Amino acid sequence: MIALLLLLIPLLGGFVTFFLKSDNAARSWSLLTAIATLLVAFLGLAVYNKPECLSFHADWIQPLGASFALKLDGLGYTLSLLATLALPLILAATWHRQYANAKNFFGWMLLGVAGMLGVFMAMDALLFYFFWELALIPMYFICSQWGGEKRIPVTFKFFIYTFFGSILMLVALIYIYFQTPNHSFAIEDFYKAGQALSYNDQMWLFWLLFIAFAVKMPIFPFHTWQPDTYEQSPTAATMLLSGIMVKMGVLGLLRWVLPIVPQAAYSWGDLTSSMAVIGIIYASLIAMRQDDMKRLIAYSSIAHIGLMAIAIFSETQSSFQGVMVQMFNHGINIVALWMVVEIIERQFGTRKMSELGGLAQKAPALAIFFVLFAFANIALPLTNAFVGEFLMFNGILNSAVTKYNVVFAVLAGLGIILGAVYTLRMTRKVFFGPANALTQNAVDIKWNEKIILGFIAVVIIVMGVYPQPILDFTQAISDELLKQADILHLLKK
Amino acid sequence: MPINYYIFLSLALFAIGMIGVLTRRNAIIIFMCVELMLNAVNLLLVAFSKMHYLSAGSPFSTAGTDGQLFVFFIMVVAAAEVSVGLAIIVMMYRNIHSVDVNFLNRLKH
Amino acid sequence: MKNVLQLAYLIPLFPLLGFLINGLGRNKLSKGVIGTIGSGAILASFIVSLILFFQVKGGNTEVVNYFNFISVGNLSIPFAFQIDQLSSIFLLIITGVGFLIHVYSTSYMHDEKPEHFARYFAYLNLFVFSMLLLVMGANFVIMFIGWEGVGLCSYLLIGFWFKKPEYNKAASKAFIMNRIGDLAFLIALFWLIGKVGSVSFTEVFSAEGLAKLSTTDITVITLLLFVGATGKSAQIPLYTWLPDAMAGPTPVSALIHAATMVTAGIYMIARSNVLYSLAPDVLNIIAWVGLATALLAASIALKQNDIKKVLAYSTVSQLGFMFLALGTGAYGAAVFHVMTHAFFKALMFLGSGSVIHAMGGEQDIRKMGGLSKKMPVTFWTFVIGCVAIAGIPPLSGFFSKDAILLSAYAKSPVMYGIALFAALLTAFYMFRLLFITFTGKFRGTHEQEHHLHESPKAMTLPLIVLAILSVIGGFVGVPAVLGGSDELIHFLSPVIAIAEGHHISHTTEYILMGLSTVLVLGMVLGAWVIYKNYKEKENTGFAKVLENKWYVDELYDTIIVKPLKVLADFLNNIFDKKVVDGLVNGVGRLVNYGGRQFRWIQSGQVGSYVLLMVVSILLIFVVQFFLRK
Repeated sequence: MIALLLLLIPLLGGFVTFFLKSDNAARSWSLLTAIATLLVAFLGLAVYNKPECLSFHADWIQPLGASFALKLDGLGYTLSLLATLALPLILAATWHRQYANAKNFFGWMLLGVAGMLGVFMAMDALLFYFFWELALIPMYFICSQWGGEKRIPVTFKFFIYTFFGSILMLVALIYIYFQTPNHSFAIEDFYKAGQALSYNDQMWLFWLLFIAFAVKMPIFPFHTWQPDTYEQSPTAATMLLSGIMVKMGVLGLLRWVLPIVPQAAYSWGDLTSSMAVIGIIYASLIAMRQDDMKRLIAYSSIAHIGLMAIAIFSETQSSFQGVMVQMFNHGINIVALWMVVEIIERQFGTRKMSELGGLAQKAPALAIFFVLFAFANIALPLTNAFVGEFLMFNGILNSAVTKYNVVFAVLAGLGIILGAVYTLRMTRKVFFGPANALTQNAVDIKWNEKIILGFIAVVIIVMGVYPQPILDFTQAISDELLKQADILHLLKK
Repeated sequence: MPINYYIFLSLALFAIGMIGVLTRRNAIIIFMCVELMLNAVNLLLVAFSKMHYLSAGSPFSTAGTDGQLFVFFIMVVAAAEVSVGLAIIVMMYRNIHSVDVNFLNRLKH
Repeated sequence: MKNVLQLAYLIPLFPLLGFLINGLGRNKLSKGVIGTIGSGAILASFIVSLILFFQVKGGNTEVVNYFNFISVGNLSIPFAFQIDQLSSIFLLIITGVGFLIHVYSTSYMHDEKPEHFARYFAYLNLFVFSMLLLVMGANFVIMFIGWEGVGLCSYLLIGFWFKKPEYNKAASKAFIMNRIGDLAFLIALFWLIGKVGSVSFTEVFSAEGLAKLSTTDITVITLLLFVGATGKSAQIPLYTWLPDAMAGPTPVSALIHAATMVTAGIYMIARSNVLYSLAPDVLNIIAWVGLATALLAASIALKQNDIKKVLAYSTVSQLGFMFLALGTGAYGAAVFHVMTHAFFKALMFLGSGSVIHAMGGEQDIRKMGGLSKKMPVTFWTFVIGCVAIAGIPPLSGFFSKDAILLSAYAKSPVMYGIALFAALLTAFYMFRLLFITFTGKFRGTHEQEHHLHESPKAMTLPLIVLAILSVIGGFVGVPAVLGGSDELIHFLSPVIAIAEGHHISHTTEYILMGLSTVLVLGMVLGAWVIYKNYKEKENTGFAKVLENKWYVDELYDTIIVKPLKVLADFLNNIFDKKVVDGLVNGVGRLVNYGGRQFRWIQSGQVGSYVLLMVVSILLIFVVQFFLRK
């Protein structure tokens, strides 16, 4: 029931938004819808012990064996919480931004989130694919209508690129579908059919699935759409893309690749991990030389996601739980960073670090928040990201499925150092040093912004000091996924 | 008569029609060539239908009759086509005082 | 209440509260309130630490568990504090010296605006909080939290005057170099988790824990932990951040970059002494790295002209001595030196702060001179500090340094020789600093001379207290040969097993002590002769190399920073845009190009379509015909 509500509220709310009279009404309505979704998500926590409340099953396309199956397990719930928590914050943080045709904008935003929630909850391959595309299309419209100067070619590339990946995934899903004994799209049947596939079949199916998710995450070398898209999109959409949508790819790897083609994931794991390791160092190095704050954060996101990818392919309990926790925390942190960027851009009309500087003198509150978010971004202990990165690194170094675990851990660890380099560079260039002509009349953030950022800051600290609840939350599903993906256990059979 | 004779005849008719369509520029001749090809197919359909009927053995069998059904279909469609096609050619002649198809490449632009 | 040690959480709690109150109320509180809260929080911690110390002295030690920090699968990391002999000593040093420095700061930072004043105290309290976590943590993860926390505070405090870009660069440099070490620390930690399945000290250092580790494991883990320590404790090759860290306010340098944070590496290795004792090769490396650092930093300190830079290099050099002690297996001596060093180095930094305060921000000793008459308290306390660090009996530095030299001698006479040489250099540059600054004629501007004054009570009182400690601090570790009982070593013995008695006869010990004392006194005399009437002159040749710190910063810049930048630029401007994105766009362009090339087929000529159709059909027939064969 909760699962269905979680999907329907933003979906219907989004449709309604298109038909509202005024833009302001649409703005308030979308915030209201977002808050309602959040409340439902919290409500679900209360009944977490009753699984029947958290799942929904109905016939959908019966002749094909596709059903409308939704379920909130630890993984899906964590991400749904992230999405429902982030959406009201995003809407509130960009409250004063004016959009032409605002009601369409908010409508698409809600529909996009509905699609993402569907992806997080879907327990049926066809439904998963359906929501996967449903999440993509609204983002395409938002970015291509309300984006920056170069939005048309950039969004076109983004759409074609990710759509290309989706089609490959569809081919793979259909192939596996025909291997299921009772021709069903249900996830359990997919796990069984996939694991029973011949080694050769798994090997090529893996790439069809992997590329779809790798493009979305993105993993080097499939990342080039991302900095451009983040840069050109309106900030609200960037938050949605980087905070929530990229997690679709991570979830896809965890739920739709590893358990379905475990042997191939084991065989190709070293290669994909290498790609991710290269991506971490590569993106970190590039981030060091960016001038646009948005591009810097975009590249830093590639590095963080790369770490998640290695952690996934290291297939340990620690790394799986680390990834799940980190997905939540990365979403919170990056949305927080974008908010600061948005505040700066709104005030000064630029995101170029070379044009900014000395903001800490005039806007100390903003500086404090930014420094906190920046340090959370580089995983300082007692901030949320530390927990995830700690568990992931632990899993990577102690992985049993690869011979190169130490190499991966050390090289990925370089990302920690480089992360400090580019993050501190950004902090220094934007907030410290003397104020210039542009920034000497800066004003500090108002109470409403302080409340939003303060709320995020509290989340960051609480999750960093006492992460155990969310770890307990993700324990069962990571056990389950690990069991499905466990290659040694399969070989024994 | 062996079926081969029918096949070769219709093949010849079809080839003549095809070459006509490819080489001639007069719209009416092209049209006639198209009809020739259609009839080549018709001939073949009837021939095969008869062959299947005979090979089925039983006098009450309906084997191969669908081939003849198709022939009637084709004839109807061809008739309709001719009426429309000729009308177009007439219009064309009225407009450009020619039935040369090479004048008719305006669709490209 | 089962055990008074349960109260341990109060120790970090007070500074944390101080941080929160000062941080959140920075725009509302007055300077007096801020200073009181900031210092009071540390004083409260100090009192609790004292209580705990006496508990520990009575034999009451415990690991106090609070809550589960991270628990995943088999791995469980509790948020726990370990109160034992080692940590209680460090607690006293941190809160005690920390408190004095807080009091000192209330006066030193008085010219700052209230909100910056509050920010300063908030950072300082946060630093003490992190440092306390570091030493109290009962496992490597809690220790790591404090470990990174002090790095953060160091970053914040070095860049405290954030308007100056170069200060921020120094702050970033400190943080990044620390991070390099932190990475090694983390990997060692994960290695431990993988092999032992636990990170808590009691389990790892127990017999069962050690049994799970092979010799290779121990070597790798200890080596990585040591790399972590070189970052935090400023050893070769990661020492260059510490002298730059002098950009921060002087009390910060005293607290962080002399007395506490930089000793974290020593603490960590002393804490893990069980592991290190099983890795003799690594101990050797540590000893040589410590020795090299001691010598290198001492040689640089000879020619520095910034009062704080001299002290900074002296700190690096003294830390080298501590690592030498660790490397020769004298963990207790290292802790002893940490303690005495905390006293006299904090004293000298605060003294230099007093000088800088009087000079109106001037730090160049070439512009000073003859200050002894104007600032007697600062002068005399500084003299005590110099005597202590030089190792002249019976001040504290003598005993701790002697213990280190002795253990170096027991290891190898060559090491002893080099260490002694470094110790002599120490005496020389410290007294050079003393004489240039406080004797001779004043060389600054007229205005500065007019402004010269003794610092207020809040600054001189901590100096006096620290001076007293520097004098008597050594008596807790008087060696047996001088009629003492090595009290500190025995106190620590539950944590740090006493090494088997070294086979050095008492006669040799007397000779070594006498030798070093005589040579040090000679050095002091030499410094007096050369520098009592200092005149400025250009450095040439080798002196210039020393003045430029052996060009190590430039070397790092050339071989690491610049190539990385070039590589990053290449990746950013060329590789990412042309190659990776070029491939992606290339696919799109290929499709486009293909479309353009095949466009002629769609000519619009019915005839050509038919022809193509016929040709294609024929082709299919032909292909089929041949395939069937």
